[in-house]
Amino acid sequence: MARKLLLEHINVPGINTFEVYRQQGGYRAVEKALKTMSPEDVVEEVKKSGLRGRGGAGFPTGMKWSFLAKPEGKPRYLVCNADESEPGTFKDRFLMTHIPHILIEGMIVSSFALGANTSYIYVRGEMMPQIRILEKAIAEAKNAGFLGKNILGSGYDLELYVQPGGGAYICGEETALLESLEGKRGNPRIKPPFPAVSGLYNCPTVVNNVESIAATVPILNEGGDEYAKIGIGRSTGTKLISASGNINKPGVYEIELGVPVEEFIYSDEYCGGIANGKRMKAVVAGGSSVPILPANLILKTINGESRLMTYESLADGGFASGTMLGSGGFIVFDEDQCIVRNTWNFARFYHHESCGQCSPCREGTGWLEKVLHRMEYGHGKLSDIDLLVNVSKNIEGNTICPLGDAAAWPVASAIRHFRDEFEWHVNEPKQAMERNFGLAHYADPLPKPETV
Amino acid sequence: MLSVNHTEEVIFSPELITKFNEIVSRYPEGRQKSALLPILHLVQAEYGWVSTAAMDKVAEYLHLQPIEVYEVATFYTMYLLRPSGKYVLEVCRTGPCCLVGAEKIMKYLEEKLGVKEGEVTEDGLFSWRGVECLAACGMGPVLQIGPEYTFYENLTEGKIDELIDSLKLKTAAKPADEIS
Repeated sequence: MARKLLLEHINVPGINTFEVYRQQGGYRAVEKALKTMSPEDVVEEVKKSGLRGRGGAGFPTGMKWSFLAKPEGKPRYLVCNADESEPGTFKDRFLMTHIPHILIEGMIVSSFALGANTSYIYVRGEMMPQIRILEKAIAEAKNAGFLGKNILGSGYDLELYVQPGGGAYICGEETALLESLEGKRGNPRIKPPFPAVSGLYNCPTVVNNVESIAATVPILNEGGDEYAKIGIGRSTGTKLISASGNINKPGVYEIELGVPVEEFIYSDEYCGGIANGKRMKAVVAGGSSVPILPANLILKTINGESRLMTYESLADGGFASGTMLGSGGFIVFDEDQCIVRNTWNFARFYHHESCGQCSPCREGTGWLEKVLHRMEYGHGKLSDIDLLVNVSKNIEGNTICPLGDAAAWPVASAIRHFRDEFEWHVNEPKQAMERNFGLAHYADPLPKPETV
Repeated sequence: MLSVNHTEEVIFSPELITKFNEIVSRYPEGRQKSALLPILHLVQAEYGWVSTAAMDKVAEYLHLQPIEVYEVATFYTMYLLRPSGKYVLEVCRTGPCCLVGAEKIMKYLEEKLGVKEGEVTEDGLFSWRGVECLAACGMGPVLQIGPEYTFYENLTEGKIDELIDSLKLKTAAKPADEIS
């Protein structure tokens, strides 16, 4: 049985309340940090743990913290990114709904480590019920003396607030989130300066994902070294995976990094196999932005090694034959799903969510959507396939924030691995309107894909 | 696209102003603009949508130029810039939900309510629209209803029937509730 660090007590009745959470050993990390450690010690433990940002980028959290500037006379801020909007990802919603106090506890120790006296949890506006849950949890923690002035007699003060967003995927990008928190449109800022130097209200700021902040709790309780023993190589600890699509048991699973992908998909402990007795066609392993892989390549790398749920193994082979762990949004497609239709759907999403600041993204995502739409509806030309590749290449790397890349990668990868399905849509438009391409040729490993 | 004009004057109730004041107190002095998004949510919950007149009042309250409020209200998708049905059913239309039938659910809603996306039913009760990923992919198809954003998961046509019936009943029962 794999170890659970975040969801250990998830099945305890009433774990969403302060009382029960505390009975289960909750807020020990706050006591340990505030009574026995210096802020630097806490940063050191997180560094030792090897924790990497759980929002998608995978940047080492401890290192991000150590970049925080500490000029005299300026407040520092910690902002929790709970704007969970990456299609395929719903782990933060799960954590905040069922075990909100682990986030509050993590916010307290992380704010202490960074020297922040006011911290914000920016939650996407649609999660109004979760906002209410967090507000209640904050009130309970404050009532018990874990928030407010002079917490546990340590002399450390912290106020914690929940901020609702307004419905915009782009606000999951950290500088767009800060703009939004300042009451503006969510247009990402040009970096540098990085938020660590000039973030919220031009003050040094750290922005971390919900799961990263929650993970600091077991890291402090067990020690960074212990945490780092879980996992493989630079993929340490546990990770929440949001599993969705055509599987028997969709849901949120805490895995020890390093579980084989095959076990994750087919074992009853996790996804329980493909639903309705069908076969797997493809997987998007880390949220809609990461490259889609056909069944054979998600289970085994191009060299025939078993693919593992780690940052490194999923990326094995680069974009030619690999993908990314990303946010852990694991979307499984069965044989009946149409890759062209899904790619069009994702392209529409990115077009809708582009903030409009950079021309390559604003215009390019529109073209991707339009061209994919006409292919899906039987009006495509063969030259459209190369046109899509061309447009996606012109977006990638040419924008202020990563939304451009996120829009380009799904399209480029779908064509890389499923070009024949796109061609079929052009050559047999009538059939394409009536039925799906199926997965006939996926019974055998695909010929080695050429790099697009 | 800015809202249709709303000529009635908007006066925020003292209760609403108290809530505004509490929100403003969460930010450092001079940073009251941070309260804009939460305040617009409160305004929408109160009036059912966000009119230009209401935005002007918010601007006045927060000491902002009206354009600073308009540009925000038009950027974020949650703010309704024209009157909608009493219940706005927002169905997730993004990939993972479509793998498990969201498109069928939207089609069914359109037939059931007899109005196209964004339109309001004759009795003024319902409108519906497709929205982008609601971060509930494992429970799809899903829909939400503001202003509290109540969530309905694993939707089927039968569940849509039940939901719409219960909302109609709830509305019909309102006057009696108020009398008691």
